[in-house]
Amino acid sequence: MARPPSRRPGQNRKAQYSLFASYVVAVTGALAGLLLIIIAMFDPTGFAVIRSAGAEITRPVSSGLKELVSGIGTVDERIAAFYKAGSQNVSLRRQVDINRTRLIEAAAIEQENVRLKKLLKLVDEEKDEVVAARLISSSSSSTRRLARLNAGRSQGAYPGMPVRAPEGLIGRIYTAGPNTSDVLLLTDSTNVVPVRRSTDNIAGISTGSDDGSLTVKSLTAGRNPFKPGDILVTSGTGGIYQPNIPVAIVVRIAGDDAVAVPLASPARVEMVMVQRPFEASLARPAGTATPGTPPPRTAPTVTTTAAPAPVEAAAPAPPPADNAASVAQ
Amino acid sequence: MIPQGPKLGNHPTRFRLEGTPVITVMLGSMVTALPVVVSSPVMPPFGLLLLLSWRLLRPELWQAWIALPLGLFDDIMSGQPLGSAMFLWTITLIVVDSTERQLYWRDYWQDWLLAAAAIIFCLSGGLLFARLTGGGGTMMLIAPQILWSILLYPFVARQCAWLDRWRIMA
Repeated sequence: MARPPSRRPGQNRKAQYSLFASYVVAVTGALAGLLLIIIAMFDPTGFAVIRSAGAEITRPVSSGLKELVSGIGTVDERIAAFYKAGSQNVSLRRQVDINRTRLIEAAAIEQENVRLKKLLKLVDEEKDEVVAARLISSSSSSTRRLARLNAGRSQGAYPGMPVRAPEGLIGRIYTAGPNTSDVLLLTDSTNVVPVRRSTDNIAGISTGSDDGSLTVKSLTAGRNPFKPGDILVTSGTGGIYQPNIPVAIVVRIAGDDAVAVPLASPARVEMVMVQRPFEASLARPAGTATPGTPPPRTAPTVTTTAAPAPVEAAAPAPPPADNAASVAQ
Repeated sequence: MIPQGPKLGNHPTRFRLEGTPVITVMLGSMVTALPVVVSSPVMPPFGLLLLLSWRLLRPELWQAWIALPLGLFDDIMSGQPLGSAMFLWTITLIVVDSTERQLYWRDYWQDWLLAAAAIIFCLSGGLLFARLTGGGGTMMLIAPQILWSILLYPFVARQCAWLDRWRIMA
């Protein structure tokens, strides 16, 4: 194919000027784009209003389609479940019997827990759940790991609030619009979560690797204490996240770090819950908490709230957790 | 399916002639509104692919500044920092303009090569801007996305050509 007709206008002065003007506009606009990015370098959430306006427009489409296709991510799982329904039924029934006794034991422990807390004059915040909503879409073509939540300021979801699913932690709210908000997923490399191993008090810091996994750095000196199969839960240090929310499972050790996979996959969870920032009522009123700046740490409260967890009843107390806070900040 | 030929004496409306390409690019940018929640960048940038397809198919259709509003819209939809696609897409179109002046013969492979270079430039530029504004990630992370965006380009260009036939036939 010969080349398309040239854009260069011949002798027509007017056409020459208008072509030149179009390039001037294009270059000026490109420089304006650069300027916007430079502004965003200093204030990453500065243009959230514009983006949330776009989110409001696409919300009906996204949430409508979500209703239709909510099962797509789990098709393989359903087929497998159907295939092994019989044998699974038997083993599940056995499991239920075992769990029943455990539940009874747990109820007894819970009562004892309440009694002990009363002795200690501790009161847990009763309602820490703000709203339950769905994740309706995500930044699937960008390297930022943001998911869009079908709830915003008018439902009580404000930036900085943690978001969790029944299976585990999802992330925290990054920007919030009137009816939608963007959730910074656990796997984004700017999302740092203080964690500890569920079986003991070994503390660590989890950072996203942007590719669906997390990098966990240990805070203890010496060699890497984590091993594949370890379950990590939030330690509650530094505020924002409630303690004892399941976060991830360690799959691999890479030198001094451990590579973990989140327990709650944002692609599969049906509903997520927006929670109040941990200790926010003491630190500052909910809603003014900004992302990136966790509310001031209140060390004594953190440690006492973390203590009643049944798994660490016999564990040594909080020096590692305290350590976590100083590194996190 | 090939669109029906024009009816005698009919002309396509101005909106159809000029609006179709713009609307398709915007719809391509809106693919991120689909209810797909992923944990790594896997979705090809359909807005960019459609922009390149239209530009290479119809050089006389747009001037370079068209990438400014379309890029802004893409930024709003994609979660990239605002201004990222505005800048990258406009630079791409200006470079495509100047490259076209150098080439004498044009064929399918050249278009693909040009589009591949543009895709690599825009996606790695997007990564750079995301890193500058607080994000993270490495080239390895977007390598698969670059690869299948390049492989997808001929298909998207084909659909554009099909749509173009419908566009200019009344």
